[in-house]
Amino acid sequence: MKPTDTKAPDYFHKVVDCQWACPAHTPVPEYIRQIASGHFAEAYMINWRSNVFPGILGRVCDRPCEPACRRGRVDEAPVAICRLKRVAADFKEDISDRLPVAPTQKNGKRIACVGAGPASLTVARDLALLGYEVSVFDDGARAGGMMRSQIPKFRLPDSVIDEECGHIARLDVAIHQNHRIASLGSLLTEGWDAVFVGTGAPRGRDAELPGRKEAAAHIHIGIEWLANVAFGHVEHIGKRVIVLGGGNTAMDCCRSARRLGGEDVRVVVRSGFDEMKASPWEKEDALHEGIPIHNYLMHTAFLHDNGRLTGVRFEQVRAEYDERGRRKLVPTGEPDIVMECDDVLVAIGQENAFPWIERDLGLDFDEWGLPVLDPVTLQSTLPRVFFGGDAAFGPKNIITAVAQGHEAAISIDRFCRARPLDRRPPPTVELASQKMGIHEWSYDNQISEEARKKVPLKALEDTLADIRVEVELGFDVRLACAEAERCLNCDVQTVFTPKLCIECDACVDICPVECINFTADADEPDLRERLKVPARNTDQALYVADGLKTHRIMVKDENVCLHCGMCAERCPTGAWDMQKFLLNTALAGAEAPRT
Amino acid sequence: MTYLAKPRLLAATAPRNALGYTRRDYEGAISTLCAGCGHDSISAAIVQACFDLDIEPHRVAKLSGIGCSSKTPDYFLGNSHGFNSVHGRMPSVLTGAALANRNLIYLGVSGDGDSASIGIGQFAHAMRRGVNMTYIVENNGVYGLTKGQFSATADKGSKSKRGVVNSDNPIDLAALALQLGASYVARSFSGDKEQLVPLIKGALRHNGPAFIDIISPCVTFNNHAGSTKSYDYVREHNEAVNRVEVILPRDRIETSYPPGSLRRIVQHDGSILHLRKLGEDYDPTDHIGAINHLQERHALGEIVTGLLYVDNSAEDMHRHLNTVEKPLNQLGDAYLCPGSKALDALNASLR
Ligand SMILES: Cc1cc2nc3c(=O)[nH]c(=O)nc-3n(C[C@H](O)[C@H](O)[C@H](O)COP(=O)(O)OP(=O)(O)OC[C@H]3O[C@@H](n4cnc5c(N)ncnc54)[C@H](O)[C@@H]3O)c2cc1C
Ligand SMILES: Cc1ncc(C[n+]2csc(CCOP(=O)(O)OP(=O)(O)O)c2C)c(N)n1
Ligand code: SF4
Ligand code: SF4
Ligand code: SF4
Ligand SMILES: [Mg+2]
Repeated sequence: MKPTDTKAPDYFHKVVDCQWACPAHTPVPEYIRQIASGHFAEAYMINWRSNVFPGILGRVCDRPCEPACRRGRVDEAPVAICRLKRVAADFKEDISDRLPVAPTQKNGKRIACVGAGPASLTVARDLALLGYEVSVFDDGARAGGMMRSQIPKFRLPDSVIDEECGHIARLDVAIHQNHRIASLGSLLTEGWDAVFVGTGAPRGRDAELPGRKEAAAHIHIGIEWLANVAFGHVEHIGKRVIVLGGGNTAMDCCRSARRLGGEDVRVVVRSGFDEMKASPWEKEDALHEGIPIHNYLMHTAFLHDNGRLTGVRFEQVRAEYDERGRRKLVPTGEPDIVMECDDVLVAIGQENAFPWIERDLGLDFDEWGLPVLDPVTLQSTLPRVFFGGDAAFGPKNIITAVAQGHEAAISIDRFCRARPLDRRPPPTVELASQKMGIHEWSYDNQISEEARKKVPLKALEDTLADIRVEVELGFDVRLACAEAERCLNCDVQTVFTPKLCIECDACVDICPVECINFTADADEPDLRERLKVPARNTDQALYVADGLKTHRIMVKDENVCLHCGMCAERCPTGAWDMQKFLLNTALAGAEAPRT
Repeated sequence: MTYLAKPRLLAATAPRNALGYTRRDYEGAISTLCAGCGHDSISAAIVQACFDLDIEPHRVAKLSGIGCSSKTPDYFLGNSHGFNSVHGRMPSVLTGAALANRNLIYLGVSGDGDSASIGIGQFAHAMRRGVNMTYIVENNGVYGLTKGQFSATADKGSKSKRGVVNSDNPIDLAALALQLGASYVARSFSGDKEQLVPLIKGALRHNGPAFIDIISPCVTFNNHAGSTKSYDYVREHNEAVNRVEVILPRDRIETSYPPGSLRRIVQHDGSILHLRKLGEDYDPTDHIGAINHLQERHALGEIVTGLLYVDNSAEDMHRHLNTVEKPLNQLGDAYLCPGSKALDALNASLR
């Protein structure tokens, strides 16, 4: 097998599973260590640079980092990365003097961002810091996009959104609320150097079934209803509520309904429980609030009594898989089920809509009604116009919107400076030995064996009584530190220097997870099977080094390395060293190398 | 040396043996030996061997003398019986234990100082008596624990770390064991687990005195140029006579070798030693041939390793002494101490 090139920019980055999985590549272990040492403001600023909304994301992020977390492969559960982010936000002291300010001297370029969701606000932040004059136009009453209008207050209080949108507004960003852009054509005539479209995926899919029109008064589109709840336009719902759909919107709908008078609130989904789109923790939260989830029921009709909704009819289905593994739901043939109800919330999907973009501007849309974009630069076919967030590739989540905002800001900056867009600024990378003494490292290499800590919750009766009461209390400092200690410091890399190795096997013998091997060379598949613990997780790299005296190779399976440094402590010659790898993705303004 | 205990976190795919144990379950306390010590590798090889053989840890008694090597039983088989005896006295304590309870697997761990210097007499008699045990000497050519004085296995002409040349003749413990009647004799190198682990497995399954001389470099006091027990020197002069594979009765035999290159030796307990010849013909059942081979090669400066001798029909001390089958602790007081009448009868019979 070819020896590993640890200089390749992605090699060590991939070892830091959480950072690699985070769309914005937040240096997770770096901030977790700051939390463990009680430096909350530092932890917050590390996050703020990467993901712009630490307090928000620390509560509601989709957390793709957690399923990726290495701890989850050696323990019952991954590190509570997301909730530690909230700890940074909750306990940080005054950070006003840490937040950068926009240059007073502007660079003369004017940028318009449409929509004030996370994507636009990220573009605005990154560009404002470079001296761009950024204006944001949003049709809502307050900044934040769907973070404000959709996510219920009991998960994400307004104060947190206010604080973090405020950091951006203070960078001389002009945020115009209640300002709908009705025509891209006319916006383009206003002489903006570039336009960023971050308008999200604002349309909720409807259930076109018999009875839909007749019973319309008590059938609501989930995201419209949630927006009305968020802004206080809706304060009640009937006692018996059926929520159709199995995604996160459905979970927010049912939990909101439970707080607005719904007593018998149930979620009905056509798929099975495990295949539901909602994150496991969202389902758990709904179940915790006494909301049953009914699976394998396909809605077929709204029942009504002269226009007054009385219930929903469901067909019973089961999943069948074809040879390609695709799922089909087929009727079981059992009798239909009728559930009575007073209101229905339809949460079966979300779509993009761009009624305000004229189709003759040279801005192309594909067959699904999404803009045609360069996947890396996010530039549309109209060079001055860029997209990001849900508006770009359909509904995703906040952290993806942020990550795309960063990329779009880089593109816009390069566009305004007439630099080629496809040449992207690389991340900055540092690699530094952590050795302080024979058994001393500048990180805490003792592995905590504690189980994942649960986030304390407010009493159920208190949270069900008031829709604005936040359910989670967040970790206290003691729990936060215990949870932070669970992080394995995957960024502290094991770095091997073959010419120092005397092949004494000390590292092989001490490694608690038996991931180091000295063996005869072979092809990767063969090698993977031959290791002390077969390396069957092919998503995880093998670290291979040659140049040993016996002509064997050193093979380390990165998969479950605990980054405990025991190999380096045991090595008599210093052939192993623990080196911290710190990667920061480039933000707008960073230069791309000339080639 | 590390101060931290090994974390208990494990990969879900960590191999488990027939008892459901992982290798980690056969470990002991964290080693306090110098980083890179060959002895630690031997501990790991013992762990691997016991794991592979599905040995129940509580069926093992590990005994040792004094020295860095003799400290190692603390670092493996944390759930086994252990006895850390006086310097050079492991063999007699082990013999006593074996006499009292023949149902345990006896593993004696010693050093070259412990066995070839102060304990040479004890070593000799354990081999001679045919104690059913695995006798491992972790041979580094020095007294590691007392800071590197030459031991009795140090080669004549080899240099100490401070440049002093050894003028005494070395004792070859493997050759001695052969002469004294050990029925399983091997030599290996701590830095070659592929060779070492099967040799330990074969020894653990052998009925009779099994002796393994394991060259085990002392990184701190005997791993320099001029030493004949350094990693580099041993690798350069290592002449393996064969490679062993231990096949248990429950295993399916899957290995295929060119005809004629493989020799099968069925041990007393049904385990099979698959011996793959390396280089020229070497017959590990030829007692005199083995002794001669060792001497010839030693004269050439080679370190002969592998399974040097095995007698698959060996008998052990219990057979020689016609001892009772049951462990003494299961016989009961009345049987063990039959009273004054029985004593009188015995005395009378001797008058
Ligand atoms: C019910 C629900 C719950 C969710 N929960 C989570 C969660 O827990 N975690 C998570 O990560 N994600 C969640 N999401 C998804 C997340 O909210 C979105 O992915 C994210 O907000 C997208 O950001 P964006 O910047 O692309 O657009 P948006 O946040 O959608 O913001 C777009 C803004 O543009 C405005 N706008 C649209 N058209 C115009 C126009 N023509 N002129 C002016 N303004 C306009 C919109 O009103 C809106 O304010 C949830 C979504 C929903 C529906
Ligand atoms: C009766 C007695 N004499 C001398 C000593 C001092 N002593 C301790 S360890 C040792 C030598 C150990 O050498 P070896 O058996 O080769 O072990 P190593 O440390 O090299 O592994 C000596 C002489 C002692 N502990 N007891
Ligand atoms: S253990 Fe820590 S560094 Fe490793 S993936 Fe999980 S959070 Fe990231
Ligand atoms: S840091 Fe070294 S000893 Fe620790 S798990 Fe990783 S490879 Fe093994
Ligand atoms: S401990 Fe160091 S010298 Fe020994 S095998 Fe491992 S890397 Fe090589
Ligand atoms: Mg010694």
